[in-house]
Amino acid sequence: MSASIDALVNKEYQYGFVTDVDADTIAPGLSEDVVRLISAKKNEPQWLLDWRLKAYRRWLTMTEPHWPNVKYPVIDYQASRYYSAPKSVKPLQSLDDVDPELLKTYDKLGISLTEQKFLAGVAVDAIFDSVSVGTTMKDELAKHGVIFCSFSEAVHSYPELIQKYLGSVVPYSDNFFAALNSAVFSDGSFCYVPKGVRCPIELSTYFRINAADTGQFERTLIVADEGAYVSYLEGCTAPKRSTNQLHAAVVELVALDNASIKYSTVQNWYAGDKDGVGGIYNFVTKRGKAMTNSKISWTQVETGSAITWKYPSVILQGDNSTGEFYSVAVVNNKQQADTGTKMIHIGRNTKSTIISKGISAGEGQNSYRGQVKILPKATGARNYTQCDSMLVGNKCGAHTFPYIEVANNSATLEHEASTSKIGEDQIFYCKARGLSTEQAISLIVSGFCREVFKELPMEFALEAQQLLGITLEGSVG
Amino acid sequence: MATYADAFAALVPSTGNAWLPELKRAAFDRFTTLGFPTTRNEDWHYTSVTPIAEKAFRPMGGAKTVTGLSAMDVAALAIGDSSWHRLVFVNGHFEPALSAYAGLPADVSVLTLAEALKTTPEFVMERLGNLAAWTDAPFTAMNTAFVQDGVVIHVPNGTVIDEPIHIVHVADAHAEGGAIFPRLLVVAEEFAQVTIVESHVATGGESYFTNAVAEIEVGPNAIVQHYKVQQESTSAFHVGTIQVSQARDSSFHSFSFATGAALSRTNVYTRLSGENAETRLNGLYMMDGTQHADHQTFVEHLAPHCASRELYKGILDGSSHGVFNGKVYVDPIAQKTDGKQTNHALLLSETAKVDTKPQLEIFADDVKCTHGATVGKLDHMALFYLKSRGVGAENARSLLTYAFAAEALELIEIDTLRIGLEERVFEHFTHTRQR
Repeated sequence: MSASIDALVNKEYQYGFVTDVDADTIAPGLSEDVVRLISAKKNEPQWLLDWRLKAYRRWLTMTEPHWPNVKYPVIDYQASRYYSAPKSVKPLQSLDDVDPELLKTYDKLGISLTEQKFLAGVAVDAIFDSVSVGTTMKDELAKHGVIFCSFSEAVHSYPELIQKYLGSVVPYSDNFFAALNSAVFSDGSFCYVPKGVRCPIELSTYFRINAADTGQFERTLIVADEGAYVSYLEGCTAPKRSTNQLHAAVVELVALDNASIKYSTVQNWYAGDKDGVGGIYNFVTKRGKAMTNSKISWTQVETGSAITWKYPSVILQGDNSTGEFYSVAVVNNKQQADTGTKMIHIGRNTKSTIISKGISAGEGQNSYRGQVKILPKATGARNYTQCDSMLVGNKCGAHTFPYIEVANNSATLEHEASTSKIGEDQIFYCKARGLSTEQAISLIVSGFCREVFKELPMEFALEAQQLLGITLEGSVG
Repeated sequence: MATYADAFAALVPSTGNAWLPELKRAAFDRFTTLGFPTTRNEDWHYTSVTPIAEKAFRPMGGAKTVTGLSAMDVAALAIGDSSWHRLVFVNGHFEPALSAYAGLPADVSVLTLAEALKTTPEFVMERLGNLAAWTDAPFTAMNTAFVQDGVVIHVPNGTVIDEPIHIVHVADAHAEGGAIFPRLLVVAEEFAQVTIVESHVATGGESYFTNAVAEIEVGPNAIVQHYKVQQESTSAFHVGTIQVSQARDSSFHSFSFATGAALSRTNVYTRLSGENAETRLNGLYMMDGTQHADHQTFVEHLAPHCASRELYKGILDGSSHGVFNGKVYVDPIAQKTDGKQTNHALLLSETAKVDTKPQLEIFADDVKCTHGATVGKLDHMALFYLKSRGVGAENARSLLTYAFAAEALELIEIDTLRIGLEERVFEHFTHTRQR
C-alpha cells in the first residue's frame, strides 16, 4: 500500500490542479456567479458551463428529498464554500493535532507513520522517494489506449467523449443532490477503455493524487467501449479527515455492448465521534447503464460517514445484460445508513443479483432500500435478492424497504430477507476456543459478509475485514 | 370533495348522543384536511385512487330502499351456512328480515350500531374511533364521518361462540353511484372466542364505493378470527381497513379473500401490545381484466415474545394489477419477536402487473424476522411433467394454478368457508381458462 501512497504524493506535484492556489477559495454561498466562477477557474469550455448552469437552474426548482430513513439537521446550502482547492486547507502542524481516535485506528490497520500523516491531512514534506509508480502505470495504460485521468484534464483533452457521455446515465435533472453536483462539481476521475481492450491493471484512485482530495462534489465517469473490461477501485480503507460535511458525488458507468465494468468501493469517511458529533454526510448518486451482453457489478463496503445515502444502480438496457450489487454496510454509534440499489430491467433476458449485508451496532440505524423493476418488454428477466441484517446490541435498528415491480410475466423474481441477532451460541463457541468476545464477533461478522468480500479484489478484501472489526469495536460490552 | 361536504352537511344529526356528531364532525374535518391520498403518499405509491376521488359517490345514509332480495338470494351470493349467526345489510342498511342471529349465548351482545347507540351508548362511545386511525388515514376518517350502520359485537369473559357470526354486505341495483360506509366493532374479553366472516357481495355490475372500517379488540387469552370475502361487483370500488389490538396471550387470525371490485384496497393493521400474543395474517387475491387489488398489512410488535405469520398469495390474469405492501415493525422492547412474512404472486398473462414491498423495521436485537417474496409464472417444468402424464395443457394450467391458491386456502379454519372458496376458485380457473 505504501508504494501506492508514494505514488499518490508524488502525483500531487505533477498535475496542474493547484496552479492558481491562492485565489482558490471563494466566499461561501451558491449563486449563478459562483457556478460561473468555478467554471472559469477550471478554464472550462462554454458547453460545460452551460450544462452547469442548466443544472443549477434546475436545482433551484428542486427540494431536498426527505424520504430516506435518516435524520440530520437542516443543511444550509448557502453556508458552504463551493470551491476550495486542496492546498487552501490549513494543514495541521503535526500528528499531535490529529484526533487521537483516528490515530489509534491507523495503528490497528498497520499504517506507516508517513502514511498516517498524509491521510490525516498533516502537512508532509517532500521526503518521499519519487519512485513514480503512477507514471509507470500511466505508460502501461497508454500502451493499451486506456484513458485514465482527472475529470478536468479530460474536459480539455477528450471533450468529445465527455460531451457524449456526461449526464448520459445520471442526467443533471436526476435528483436534488445530482443536480447540485452537476452545477458545482469540483473534479473527479474519467476513464475510457477502448473497444476490445481488457484493462491490464485494476484502476484505483490511489494512482492519482487529485482524486484523494477532489473536494466534496466529485464526479466520476467510466466508459467501457464494446467488448472492453475494467475493474475500478474507489476509496480507501483508512479513515480520512475531511473538512467538508456534505459530500454529494456522482458516478456514471457506461458499459457498451459486450463490455464489463466492475466497480468496488470501500467507504470510510469520518463517521463522527461516539456521540454522533461531526462526521460526513455522504449523499451519492451512482448509476450504470448496461448495453447488450454487458455486465456491471457494484461492490461496496460502507463503514464510514455519519450518514450514508446511496443506491448504486444498474439500468439493464440491452438484451442479456447483467447487473450485480454486493454490499456490506456497517453502522455503529450514531451512524445512519440508507443504502441499497436499483435494478431496472429493460432488455430481454436481463439478469440481476443483489446481495446486501447490513450490520447494526451501538445506536446505529441501517436501512436497505432497493428497487427491482421489470418493464413490460423485459422478457425472461431474472432477479435474485438477498438482504440480511445482523443486530449487535439492543439500541440499534435494521430496516428493509424493498420495492419489487413486475410488469412482465416471464420474469422470475426471488426476494429473501432476514434479520437476526448475532448468534450467542456462536460467540460462546468461539470463546470456548480461546477467542475474546471481540475477536469472536469479528469472525462471525466476517463470515456473515463472506459472499460480498469474495467479490472484492484481494488486497481490499483483507483490509475490509480488518476494517469491519475496527468499526464494530466496543459495540459489545 | 365538494360533493362530500354537501352530503355531510345534509346528514341528519343523530339525536341523544352529543359525542357522535362531534366525532363525525372532527373526522370530516380531518378528511377534508387530508384529502384523497395521492401516489406521492408512500402508503399509496402503487394505487391511484383518482377513480374514487373523481366519481364523487353519494353517501347512502338517507332513506332505505325496499329490497327484493330473499334469504335464499343472500345465501346464493355469499358463502355461508344456515347454522351461522347472520346479519345482512343491503346498501349499508340493516335488513332484519334477512338476518338471523337469535341463537347466540345469552351473555353475548351482537347489535347493529344503530341499536347499540340506543341501548349501550357508553360502550360504543368509549370504543368507536379508538383503534381506527381516523386522524391519519383519509379513508378511515371518511368512514368515521359518514358511518351509517354496522355491527357491534361484545363477547364477555370466557364466552365461546361456536358458530361464526356472518356479516353480509349486499349491494343491489340501488347502490349505483352510491357510497356505503359499514363499520364493525368487536370486543372479545379475556378467554373469549369468536369467529367473524364478513362478506361483501353484489347482485349485479353496479358501480359503487364501499369504505369499511373494523375495530377489533382482542383481550388476554382471547381468540378472534376475522375472515373477509370481498366479491364486490367488478365495477365497484372497495377500501377496507381492519384495525386490531391484541392483549397478552391472545391470538388473532385474519384471512382476506378478494376477487371483486375494479379497484380495491384492504388494510390489516394489528398491534401486538401484550406479551406472547400471536397474529396470523393471510390472504388470497385473484384478479382479471383491468382489476386492481392492493393489500397492505402492518404488524406492530410492541411487546416481547410475540409471533406473527403472514402469507399472501396473488394470482393475476388479464391486465390486472396486484399490490402487496407488508410492514413489520419491532419496537425496542419487543425482544424475542418471531416474525415471518411471505408473499407470492403468480402472473398468468403477459400484461398482468405486480408491485410488492415487504418492509421490515426492526429496533430490537434479539429477534428473528424474515420475509420472502417471489413473482413468476407457472413452472414450465411442472407443466411439461403433467403433459407428459397425459394431462391436457389447459387442465395442467388450471391444476397448477389451483394448487398455488390452495396453499393459502388451507389456512382457513372454517370448513364450510374453505370448501366453498375452494370450489369457487376451482370453478374460476376452469371457467376463465376455457374462454
